[in-house]
Amino acid sequence: MTERLLVDVRDLRVSFPVGIGTAGTGTVTAVDGLSFGLRAGESLALVGESGSGKSTAAFALLGMHRGTGAEVSGTVRVAGTDLATATDAELRRLRGNRIAMVFQDPLSALDPYWSVGAQIAEVHRVHTGASRRASRARAVEVLDRVGIPDAARRAGAHPHEFSGGMRQRALIAMALACEPEVLVADEPTTALDVTVQAQILDLLHDLRQQTGMALLLVTHDLGVVAGATDRVMVMQDGRAVEHGSVQSVLRAPERPYTRALIEAVPRLEARRSAPPVSEEVLLRVEDLHRHFPAPRAAASAAASLSGPGQAPGSGEPSGEAEETGAPAGRPAAPSGGLGRLLGRRPRHRAVDGVTLEVRRGETLGIVGESGSGKTTLGRMMVRLTEPTSGRILLDGRDIAAAGERELRPVRRDLQMVFQDPVSSLNPRRSIGDSIAEPLLAGGTGGAAARSEVQGLLERVGLPAAWYDRYPHEFSGGQRQRVGIARALAVRPRLIVCDEPVSALDVSTQAQVVQLLGELQQEFGLALVFIAHDLAVVRQVSDRVAVMRRGRVVEQGDADTVYDSPQHPYTRRLLAAVPVLDPDEAAVRRRARAALRALDRSEGGEEAQAVA
Amino acid sequence: MLRFLLRRSVSTLLVLLVLSAVVFLLFYATPGDPAILACGKGCDGERLAVVRHKLGTDLPLWQQYWHFLQGLVAGRDYDAGTDVTHCAAPCFGYSFQTDQPVLGMITSRLPVDVSLTLGAMVIWLVVGVGTGVLSALRRGGITERLLTGLTLAGMSTPVFLIGLLLMMLCCSWLGWLPFPQYVPFGDDPAAWASNLVLPWLSLALITAAAYARMTRSSMLETLAEDHIRTGRAYGLSERRVVTGHALRGALTPVITLLAIDVGGMLGGATLTESVFGFDGLGRLLVDSVNHIDLPVVVGVTLFAAFFIVLANAVADVLYAVADPRVALA
Repeated sequence: MTERLLVDVRDLRVSFPVGIGTAGTGTVTAVDGLSFGLRAGESLALVGESGSGKSTAAFALLGMHRGTGAEVSGTVRVAGTDLATATDAELRRLRGNRIAMVFQDPLSALDPYWSVGAQIAEVHRVHTGASRRASRARAVEVLDRVGIPDAARRAGAHPHEFSGGMRQRALIAMALACEPEVLVADEPTTALDVTVQAQILDLLHDLRQQTGMALLLVTHDLGVVAGATDRVMVMQDGRAVEHGSVQSVLRAPERPYTRALIEAVPRLEARRSAPPVSEEVLLRVEDLHRHFPAPRAAASAAASLSGPGQAPGSGEPSGEAEETGAPAGRPAAPSGGLGRLLGRRPRHRAVDGVTLEVRRGETLGIVGESGSGKTTLGRMMVRLTEPTSGRILLDGRDIAAAGERELRPVRRDLQMVFQDPVSSLNPRRSIGDSIAEPLLAGGTGGAAARSEVQGLLERVGLPAAWYDRYPHEFSGGQRQRVGIARALAVRPRLIVCDEPVSALDVSTQAQVVQLLGELQQEFGLALVFIAHDLAVVRQVSDRVAVMRRGRVVEQGDADTVYDSPQHPYTRRLLAAVPVLDPDEAAVRRRARAALRALDRSEGGEEAQAVA
Repeated sequence: MLRFLLRRSVSTLLVLLVLSAVVFLLFYATPGDPAILACGKGCDGERLAVVRHKLGTDLPLWQQYWHFLQGLVAGRDYDAGTDVTHCAAPCFGYSFQTDQPVLGMITSRLPVDVSLTLGAMVIWLVVGVGTGVLSALRRGGITERLLTGLTLAGMSTPVFLIGLLLMMLCCSWLGWLPFPQYVPFGDDPAAWASNLVLPWLSLALITAAAYARMTRSSMLETLAEDHIRTGRAYGLSERRVVTGHALRGALTPVITLLAIDVGGMLGGATLTESVFGFDGLGRLLVDSVNHIDLPVVVGVTLFAAFFIVLANAVADVLYAVADPRVALA
């Protein structure tokens, strides 16, 4: 009978104690009466915003709340074992063996001190009692299975020598080591680029088809659900608000909350309803370069990768090539002998000859994967980073090599909003003081600055009374609003936004993007919007530049680039963007598989050409 | 690796060079004429001038320093016309108060500090790290509170108190051990060890506390890391998670602390030496400062600095061996 439920969750409740000591004890209920089941080969997505309890529920499937002080009630049965009554030893035999988990951040989820292969082998050995040699062999086998090129050798590498995508593959390999019946994936692609995200989701899909294991996918992004699972459960405040097949939920959502979530997913087709943009150039960069000393580990990894007849990353599916562990796309001036001994390292060309312009009041989108140089380019545009060579013309005046004193009057015009609103705000200053700082430095009086900052706070959608609050009291989206208010304070003409929404939930993303659009209109701002998410970029941009390995491979009007991409790399990026329609998702998955097959043969040719 | 060693050696030499200049300037510029002290009582002007000339203190300071550097490389003759005192290379100076080359004075005392430091190190590592790991694992329990109390007591007790108490207890009341007196290892290893047990213990007990605290906090930090959760989520036993994964991460920072301590103690554990009456570098330094025996002061200071720089270089290598993410550069 295959109808047996592999995972059977009934009326699950998880609550955490909070405020021990000072504020008296209370509890927060993270999961509140959740029930679902999974059979062999089935897949279910748990979707919801941060704090909806989806991860807490997923962790309960492995009994991970045991011993943490969390209160768990209801029943959770996995492969016939009731987790509430199982002994610690029984629980251990289940974990990683019959039900395995893939975590969100693959770098921190792997032990930095152990080689990847050894970590996988350990899990296999613990559960099967196999010999060391057999477990090593098994590790290589599963690494190969998840698409790690040259798995036998790469098994000996440490996690930091892997790229983000490869780490996630390694973690999936670890999950596969004991052929579990259930795979739980907690936001497995949130930290990854679109192309890598597509590869990982495709991999999970293929594995499920081939091994017949059940998949529970936890995500905040409804966009990834369509192509990845059969059923979806939408969670809000610890409860399931909607549950059904992916087709029915995505096409005909019943609940307004689900509808709002779907609305919030940025769409590739969504055009920007753009007002006429002036042709006047505000900032122009010409043949801009920035070189860094290549990190030693990366340099040697690149050297060892490009063994006989193999270009770096050629065995790797496309897109991930940039970050196979070596950001050094093209190490310039390789040195040996004495130069090496004296510490001369190969240089990594982060930005390698970029020419583009930003016009008054327009939004220029810059897209590209991790390591493509888009952040370095953005930092140079506001002169936080000094270019190695090239020109940066603001109103026709070159500021590329200007000293700090010369730059001071320019700093007002050029501002930046950073990706991580947590680390870019001083935790020991109230947000009002953080925003007021540039005003005070500019000579505005204390009282005037305060009232101006309060006005700004209201403008970005925060209560003026929050002036005296500290960053930790804010949610991610609110912190990003603070970051925007700080950039606005000096009335700049250009703001470079570096991945301003990539750390936020989809619904929060939409609000921040909307705010940026409004502010742009109101203040006549020029925006440079840097992101790896192509759909978001299309929503906000008048023109788009696509970056790859430090170069702009394609630029033009957003509509032109998106509707008729010229460069194959742009086409590949666009093909990787998740879509909300399940049938379309399946079509795209097949298209990607074909493209990858093509790449592999092309990659071989390229390698030969290099050799 | 080779490159690292080369660069490190060069930077070590530079550090020592700068340090020697500073120490030289500092001590030779202090009031008090070494010549008067070397000459002894009832020394007249003429005799004093001869002694000054022999010591070289009649020359400008930079020339004195230059002679000192020359002596290091090529040896040096202190020439007073009639009697010549030779100091073979590497000459760290010559103590005219004791009539010995400084290097010989240092090397004869070095074994005391090496024995003292390395033996104590073993004890404080075992005690300190053990305590730290245990209190991290038993967090919030009675064991931890007890260990924290002991650690605090150890940290705040001066070594002379612990040393004297230990001697009172073990040597005079119980009579288990002899009153410590340094016996060279080569003469009688058993006597060497039994005489060193108490100094080791007192030195280790005051040092172990810092290790316990550091190990505890870094262990707690490591246990909260995501990869520990991964280990648990993949069915590894708690023992495996701790010994196989947490311990290595938790102990890496200890290397740095160890380098500073061992480097410092090799250059003289003054208090411990004094309590137990050992003639080590620490006491040599104190004595020569008291007697304004400047060449000895400069020599010991340089040696102490050398040990600290050396220990830190060793720590860097160990750190890179322990943590695969760290590259030597």
